[in-house]
Amino acid sequence: MRSYSITTKPFGKQAILVEWPKEVDSEILEDIMSFVQFLKQHCLDNKIWEIVPAYNSLTLIQRSGTVVYQEMDVLLKKWYAEKTKTNSALRFLWRIPVCYEEEFGIDLADVAQRLKKSTNEIVKLHTENPYTVYGIGFLPGFMYLGGVPKTLEIDRKKIPRLKVKQGSVGLAGKQTGIYPQDSPGGWNIIGSCPIPIFDPRVEEPCLVNVGDQIQFYQISKAAYDLHKIEATVGIYQIEKVVLNA
Amino acid sequence: MLNVLKSGFFTSVQDTGRFNYRHKGVPVSGSMDAVATSKVNALLENDSDAALLEITMTGPTLEFEKDTYIVLGGADMNATLNNSPISNYCVYKINQGDILSYGKLSQGFRAYLGVKFGFKTESILGSRSQYVPITIDACIKDKDQLLYDPCPQFEPKIQALKIAEIADQKVLNVSKGPEFEILSDRDLEILFSKSFTVAKENNRMAYQLEETISQHSFTMLTSATLPGTVQLTPSGKLIILMKDGQTTGGYPRIIQLSTNSIATLAQQKSGETLRFKLI
Repeated sequence: MRSYSITTKPFGKQAILVEWPKEVDSEILEDIMSFVQFLKQHCLDNKIWEIVPAYNSLTLIQRSGTVVYQEMDVLLKKWYAEKTKTNSALRFLWRIPVCYEEEFGIDLADVAQRLKKSTNEIVKLHTENPYTVYGIGFLPGFMYLGGVPKTLEIDRKKIPRLKVKQGSVGLAGKQTGIYPQDSPGGWNIIGSCPIPIFDPRVEEPCLVNVGDQIQFYQISKAAYDLHKIEATVGIYQIEKVVLNA
Repeated sequence: MLNVLKSGFFTSVQDTGRFNYRHKGVPVSGSMDAVATSKVNALLENDSDAALLEITMTGPTLEFEKDTYIVLGGADMNATLNNSPISNYCVYKINQGDILSYGKLSQGFRAYLGVKFGFKTESILGSRSQYVPITIDACIKDKDQLLYDPCPQFEPKIQALKIAEIADQKVLNVSKGPEFEILSDRDLEILFSKSFTVAKENNRMAYQLEETISQHSFTMLTSATLPGTVQLTPSGKLIILMKDGQTTGGYPRIIQLSTNSIATLAQQKSGETLRFKLI
């Protein structure tokens, strides 16, 4: 695996930021996630430290006490140099069902018209390739997905909606994603996912990790209704494939 | 049980926060004025993460069903116990049926009510702090009942504290944020010499400030944010993230408030002015 030139910056008295080259690049993300794994296994006490990865950065936050920046800077660079010997954590490709029927994909016809394609072509493009999870934030369980095909790039809606329903699947610019809860939003809504991506009632509320991949697949309204029931009663299992076995 | 007769403007259960889920987008939450709540819990000889009520602007009316001990802290809302005035940072014995109510806000913005052993509301993902969608409600409602363990007898080691109110401190101590370097000399001068006014857009997620500094076109990839992170929008607006603030963001993080300064800011309401001091 490639090694990068990393830099650190102080981030208040309780955190330190580590940065990789400023690029959206799945190899950089993979390097970051293998460093996270190494730090968790060999370097940092998980009861004291939280690690938040996103795109080209890693933020280490200490629950209490003060981060001595100069010391951590030296340690992090030393650990990064040592890390090449370790294996990455398992990464998964999650297969996520989406119903693109008009009832849910309230902007699908409009998106098709603006991109001069049929709705079927939009669905095909959206489900063709997997997307990489570059970050989880903004809202609990909100995934920043990268890898939207150029032919699907479309401006966000001019007037945002005050309420976008939980599960809605949206498109905006280079991004696509699922609204993990009802919230205001300006993305074009092309479908709905019947299963919750974030469930606070279980110890691991969000199964997806940064570095994983998401592949959407089309389902009928009947399958949507069934999966919704299965998810509500807790028997739905999201399909997953190990990427780096 | 504590019976909520009237819930007040915005009263929520908070502890020290919900840790270890920030990488899944869950804000840390917890009491906005952690300086006040640590004193309240210390006087009650509680664990430091015992849950309290955070009372914003207008207080609730509460009825205690069991004997216990309480301490108030933070903002001064002229609280009364069975219609007799009571003070902040002083241990009071509560008898079954006692009624705690609040009057006019006279200092600060967020008051705290601590109870011996803490409130025992449901803990979700390691915290009792109310935050939607982790908890069903963002705050307590009329007729809610909050569980606490009775305490018939307690002899506090310290009965009362005399404390300079934090709301009088109008200076926010900050350190450089990761994108501090994008600030021009002129922006630095404005930032650290002028005063800034708390906008009406202020809540547990973020405090916006009315004055702006220069517009910018700096772009960055989304990265982690913390409570106390000051973000600079492209139009030059300053947004200070607070305890329920989002865990990642795409705006430059120019400065970072100290823990004590987050507590100071939590006691300010719209229209009040503040200064930043680089430490």
